[in-house]
Amino acid sequence: MAKQLTIFVENRPGRLQSISENLQKSNIDIRAFTIQDRGDYGLLRLIVDKPNEAYLALADLGCACALRDVLAVSVPDQPGNFHKLASALAVNSINVLDAYGFVLQPHRTGVCCMEIDKAQMAKAEETVRQAGFAVLEDEELYSL
Amino acid sequence: METAPRDRIEQMQLQRLKQTVAWALQTPFYRKKLGQVGIDSPDDIRSLEDLQRIPYTTKDDLRLSFPKGLLAVEMRDVIRIHSSSGTTGIPTVIYFARDDVDNWTDLLARSIVGTGATADDVFQNMMTYGMFTGGLGLHYGAERVGMTVIPIGGGNTKRQIQTMKDFQTTVVHVTPSYLLHIHSRLGEDGIYLRDLALRKAFIGAEPHSENTRRKLQELLHIEAYNSYGLSELNGPGVAFECVCRKDMHIWEDAYIAEIIQPDTGEVLKEGQEGELVLTNLVRRATPILRYRTRDLAFLYPEGCDCGRTHRRLSRILGRTDDMLIINGVNVFPSQIEEKIMKIPEVATNYQIYVDKKGALDRLTVKVEIYPKLFLGEVAKLEALRQKIIEELRSSIVISPAVELHEPGALPVFEGKAKRVVDDRPKE
Repeated sequence: MAKQLTIFVENRPGRLQSISENLQKSNIDIRAFTIQDRGDYGLLRLIVDKPNEAYLALADLGCACALRDVLAVSVPDQPGNFHKLASALAVNSINVLDAYGFVLQPHRTGVCCMEIDKAQMAKAEETVRQAGFAVLEDEELYSL
Repeated sequence: METAPRDRIEQMQLQRLKQTVAWALQTPFYRKKLGQVGIDSPDDIRSLEDLQRIPYTTKDDLRLSFPKGLLAVEMRDVIRIHSSSGTTGIPTVIYFARDDVDNWTDLLARSIVGTGATADDVFQNMMTYGMFTGGLGLHYGAERVGMTVIPIGGGNTKRQIQTMKDFQTTVVHVTPSYLLHIHSRLGEDGIYLRDLALRKAFIGAEPHSENTRRKLQELLHIEAYNSYGLSELNGPGVAFECVCRKDMHIWEDAYIAEIIQPDTGEVLKEGQEGELVLTNLVRRATPILRYRTRDLAFLYPEGCDCGRTHRRLSRILGRTDDMLIINGVNVFPSQIEEKIMKIPEVATNYQIYVDKKGALDRLTVKVEIYPKLFLGEVAKLEALRQKIIEELRSSIVISPAVELHEPGALPVFEGKAKRVVDDRPKE
């Protein structure tokens, strides 16, 4: 299963820089990132080429970070495709805890990364495949 | 009694001290403590100077005697229990027999009358009711004076203002910061100062300067009277300002006040600043002798323009310990530490931050999250924040704001940690 690196970051200037600096030192390539703002802190979510190395690099510095399973779905960049995915999940009562998407150029490949409750993960994966989407395995996602 | 000559007051103090020692000897705590200095009977107290033979009693003594080490009567004779938060989880508890409530009520009625308030006044008691003594103490005193009492309790500013208008409240009992807060909210619901009938405020439960009092008086066109008390010695009504508003008369027929050097315990002369030590003279169920209040103050020599002979106590000038007063509620940093260190998801470093938001104090507890238990879930982090707030509220009564910080983000100290930052403006 694909892994996403989630990092606890205080909401103040300079915090992102200290993380990016350490990832750079470990030669980590960032494929995608998003930040969830919670007021006094935020959660930085990263898709990177070497999640375990990135995790160790940050954990060694004392960062609060965690590797989390993420359902990464390849969604061709065409109108209606996201709706198709969302409908399949809805029909099967699958709750998405958190999600973000990005489109890779020039192939116009859309990727939707979703955090799903552990108990629903297997069902979610099956639902997505039955709806005709490809689930990206870890190496596929990291080497996009 | 209020204008009795000194020798009469002292005569009464001696008589009541002997009685209090007799009561105290019925408690396990004082039987041991007084026995150690050779006081086994009230007859061992022959003059007021003999008070000096009695060892001091501290908050820790009360805590270690929890729950009944200081109880001098049968439980069936206790009609009420009050308590205050302890420094570490264990509360200090005070038992009241019927006479104790009655005597306390008398002291408050006397205090209220001393400010010029009468049965014609409508009294809105904005102090918190419950185990704290601020609410019920003044409530009973005001009823005894015959005032119209509105037992509204603390908080809910809109309702306070509406009630002040609806019943044309003339006197309030309130912390100075909350009264300033109320002033700042006037006009919001179309209720202005001109719609109110307020003329007096009894202010207490938190230290404040003469400037704050002046500001309250000018902003609200009222007279503000300082009040002093602590739950260990009943609560409010230990000392109260009279119409002269030049510091507070200690009711010396009910309390013996001493000022000591906090480090050496040496008794200081009148007028010298030090720690206030109080002996309760009229409390049957929980007699307390020479209680170290940790409040810094000084005593004036006898004499006041009002004619009362009971000596006056200065406003409280500080504390000898690290106790914080947050909107009138006493909070010990040790209470906060004890709670948060029990929560595994919190790392060992933390900070207690106090500042002002508008007129009110704001307490923020900053904790670092513990990396090994971080799972990357927002829901868990928010649940952790709620858990910390709940744990603290159960201990310190007020709800602090809780900030979550990265591991290692809070200042680290070598040697003695300075974990409390008080950014409230000093006046």
